[in-house]
Amino acid sequence: MEKRKRRLISRTIILLLLGAALVFALYTNFTKDKNESLRKGSVAPNFVLTDMEGKEHKLSDYKGKGVFLNFWGTYCKPCEYEMPYMEHQYQNYKDQGVEVLAVNVGESDYAVNNFITKHDLTFPVMIDQGREVENAYRVDILPVTFLIDKEGQVIDIITGALTEKSIQKHMERIKP
Amino acid sequence: MAEISSNFLYAAFLLYLVATFLFGGSIKDKRGAEEKKQNKWAKLAISVTILGFAAQIGYFITRWIAAGHAPVSNLFEFTTFFGMMLVGAFILIYFLYKTPALGLFALPIALLIIAYASMFPTEISPLIPALQSDWLHIHVTTAAAGQSILAISFVAAIIYLVKFVDQTHSSKRTFWLEVIMFTLVSTIGFVIITSTFAALDYKANFDWIDKKGAADKQEYNLPALVGPHEGKLIEADRFEPLVSMPAIINAKKLNTVLWSIGAGLILYGLIRLIARKRVAALIKPIVKNVNLSLLDEISYRSVLIGFPIFTLGALVFAMIWAQVAWTRFWGWDPKEVWALITWLFYAAFLHLRMSKGWQGEKSAWLAVIGFAIMIFNLIFVNLVIAGLHSYA
Amino acid sequence: MKEVKCDCGHINPFGTKICGKCGMVLGSEKENKLIDMRYEGSARRSQTYKKTIVDKIWNFFSSVKVGVTLIVIALIASAVGTILPQEMYIPSTATPAEHYELEYGWFGKVYYELGFHNLYSSWWYLIIIGMLGISLLIASIDRFFPLYRSLKKQGITRHDGFMKRQRIYGVTKLDDHDINLDKVKAGLKRQRYHIREENGHILAEKNRFSRWGPYVNHIGLIIFLIGALLRSVPGMYIDKVVWLREGERKEIPGTNGEYYLKNNEFTLEVYDKGNKEDEQYSAAIDKTGTIAKTYQSDVTLYERKGDALPGEKVDLEEVKDYKIKVNEPLKHDHYSLYQVDYKLDELSTMAFNLINKKTEEKFGGVKIDLNNPQKRYELNKGYSVDLISYFPDFEFDDKGEPRTISKIPNNPAFIFKMHTPDKPEGEVSFVAIKETAEPLGENTYKMAFNGVETQDVTALTVRKDLTLWILFTGGIIFMVGVVQGSYWNHRRIWIKRKQDEIVMAGHTNKNWHGIKRDIKKAIESTSLSEPTDQLEEEKSSTKGEVLNG
Repeated sequence: MEKRKRRLISRTIILLLLGAALVFALYTNFTKDKNESLRKGSVAPNFVLTDMEGKEHKLSDYKGKGVFLNFWGTYCKPCEYEMPYMEHQYQNYKDQGVEVLAVNVGESDYAVNNFITKHDLTFPVMIDQGREVENAYRVDILPVTFLIDKEGQVIDIITGALTEKSIQKHMERIKP
Repeated sequence: MAEISSNFLYAAFLLYLVATFLFGGSIKDKRGAEEKKQNKWAKLAISVTILGFAAQIGYFITRWIAAGHAPVSNLFEFTTFFGMMLVGAFILIYFLYKTPALGLFALPIALLIIAYASMFPTEISPLIPALQSDWLHIHVTTAAAGQSILAISFVAAIIYLVKFVDQTHSSKRTFWLEVIMFTLVSTIGFVIITSTFAALDYKANFDWIDKKGAADKQEYNLPALVGPHEGKLIEADRFEPLVSMPAIINAKKLNTVLWSIGAGLILYGLIRLIARKRVAALIKPIVKNVNLSLLDEISYRSVLIGFPIFTLGALVFAMIWAQVAWTRFWGWDPKEVWALITWLFYAAFLHLRMSKGWQGEKSAWLAVIGFAIMIFNLIFVNLVIAGLHSYA
Repeated sequence: MKEVKCDCGHINPFGTKICGKCGMVLGSEKENKLIDMRYEGSARRSQTYKKTIVDKIWNFFSSVKVGVTLIVIALIASAVGTILPQEMYIPSTATPAEHYELEYGWFGKVYYELGFHNLYSSWWYLIIIGMLGISLLIASIDRFFPLYRSLKKQGITRHDGFMKRQRIYGVTKLDDHDINLDKVKAGLKRQRYHIREENGHILAEKNRFSRWGPYVNHIGLIIFLIGALLRSVPGMYIDKVVWLREGERKEIPGTNGEYYLKNNEFTLEVYDKGNKEDEQYSAAIDKTGTIAKTYQSDVTLYERKGDALPGEKVDLEEVKDYKIKVNEPLKHDHYSLYQVDYKLDELSTMAFNLINKKTEEKFGGVKIDLNNPQKRYELNKGYSVDLISYFPDFEFDDKGEPRTISKIPNNPAFIFKMHTPDKPEGEVSFVAIKETAEPLGENTYKMAFNGVETQDVTALTVRKDLTLWILFTGGIIFMVGVVQGSYWNHRRIWIKRKQDEIVMAGHTNKNWHGIKRDIKKAIESTSLSEPTDQLEEEKSSTKGEVLNG
């Protein structure tokens, strides 16, 4: 009797382990694409970039503020579409503790400066010349926006063009 | 050097042919019936086989020297090598079991394979960067060795079935056995047709429209029974196709298949007409003296010997090389998948045999299916399903 | 669940076919002429208990029939996946939904709809493979322990019924003379049999270890599958691609900024008929056209010194120079860099001369770095050119406006403003490849094309795979097990001395030919008669028609 009980327990344990392994395999297979990118709730990787005016921006210096971190390129239509809205909302929220950082994906100074002039951008725009920040944030599709709260946590990742309304909504979310 | 090499191959081909007849003689001789006591015919036959094998090794070495790399890099070279390994595996098994009947079937199959191989372009081709590795030699030779030993199990199984299946009335068994015979005959048909038209230097060119709507050219080396999509024959004195195929179908390959089946049907029909019995029934008397349980054991033993070698060559070495050359050890390329399928099949075979007691006839049919899978992987996957392996 | 008590007093678990101690044949097995020696006739564990749901699941996976069925299902499913190319092998520019229908008609559409374009990562394929793995483990556990125990405890003296029902069996009558079994023992010993004796009865055994082969290879497979499973654990596996222009240095993605790589030069070499060492390939080259010989990136690997944030200036230390070729990846610290793609002759600079259209007089030239153009170019005194707009990868959008579709200078276009002493306000000119326009009216001057410079770009795959050694270990263990089980076989010979006869029986798990040869050799110089193969006798008596039981 004793023996039989022991056997039942060991069989149950083995089956549970194997079942768990199978579930794990299925789970990771379904979340494979998400694994490639940064996860919501993780700490935003710190970085340092110099904007077009020569000012250095270190992400950790913005602790206590919300950061609207946008990756973009001049050749990317949806990026261009959302820029004026970002600019507009930046004006509304910059005094409420929300910072906009627009990181260009390694284009020339010429292209970026032309773009800033064209759209009258006043928030800091910086070029990620070595693509290092892009790698750290595992950027794949443009545009992509990382919403970073005052604790330095990525609370959301949004790909694709944003409307003015949604930008405002997101800025509300990261407002300290 | 390339010329010496092809002469060696011719010599090997002829020697195998002679050896086949000698094995035939050894079986006719009553003394050959008893296993382990070789008669003079059998001794002569195996000597000629070994001589042929040596000649083919001569081909292999001289071609290696001429090409600067092991001649296993295109379909002609690989298939020829497979034929050579098949003879090698036969020699090995022969010395384990001393059964001349095996030679009578193994050598013709090797001959067919070599003849089939020579229908592909035979010029020496350089290695593309992905193939420039010692793993080419290691992987391909081991995989071919494994496959050829597994193929011996098919040869033994065929003899088993020819003897075992009752030919007095027709049944599912006789039908499938005839299917195997017809496939072998069709291969002969393919070789005859292709080499005849190659000797005549037959060429017919077509202008045609591919599936993307773009105009293209295609050269046929056999008279076109089926023409390409909206094909226009350029030469005036060539055979006009009977029907035109939609763009999705590769008409040239289909044409070759149709010719082979047609030639096979005619040949097969002739044999049936003259002999007035099934092909398997025709050859049944040849094997009347063989020992069924010995054949069963040879078939099983070949799988046991071949399976680990196949695993090593076609999966383990293949994965190591794929990791080096293609950055990943496994990529679900059709050739890889079919190697896995072959492996799974033989794994099932071994389980059925060891745990379910599938012996004798059942095991023989399984050996036939296993061989069919390997040939499918060799021919169909290379020629029809395009993938990373279709270099040839 | 009744236990089975043998005449010899030994108590065997339910399902036992042969008594574990004396070898007496039990239950219905008695009716057979030959006994089934698989697993020594011991009871498989799953047969012993089958009450609870756990036991039922356990029994399901333990069955060979289920295992073989799973193998066959996996085999068919894998084959289906090769009918049409998988999604990863279709051109990356194509949308799968359209591609399959366009290329393969309705069949392609159905194939795509059923999800077969991604078959090998589908949930059901994973479940099949997972169940196969479970069956592998449970079936092994279920069989290994009873087999191990019964082989360990096997008796030397075996019941007459056991001997008689062995496939190889022979009786030698001892009329008056006795036979000295020492000679037989010596003969068996010479063939590396391990001999045990008990009251004059003999058990000779060799290669028992080959019986463990299947279990060893199953362990190998399970380790392999575990390795494959661990790949999806974060940090175990990296698969990235980095494109590097000649002369460019970048962080290697996936290394967290630890390593940088510079592309010094990319070389594409093709086989050349004119070249002496490639002569033998001329027929093949004539037939196929160009055949690539080498793809090579000459690179320098750098390691970051100290910590640095992304975007911060880093101190780099040169680690090594390497020539990456196909089949010769650069390996360093778990990372491997593979040559996977390239792009030849990407435009890097474009030069123009400012000329007077009529007189063709030159007023100086500009050389524009296409990846870093300037706003203004000063020429001869009094002459200058402003770059108003630059489109590295130019096309007209739906509204007819010029735009760029990427930042790569595939098709550069420029809008220049040319300032000259006689036109101080400047003239505007739109310049693209094979195309110029003067949108603001007829100009006096133009930017005349004066050549380009190009550079090659290489693409390297960055790979880290910490599961490789696990997979490799699994593979080696599998190979050891499969060789152990296939190239050796477990042979046993029992010799029992009775009053006036000597009974001999033999068993092997495979290769009966081999054991018969062993016996023949061992009894050569004695007067023992050679045992017969009862299966063959049976067959010859029924004319070889029936073989399967």
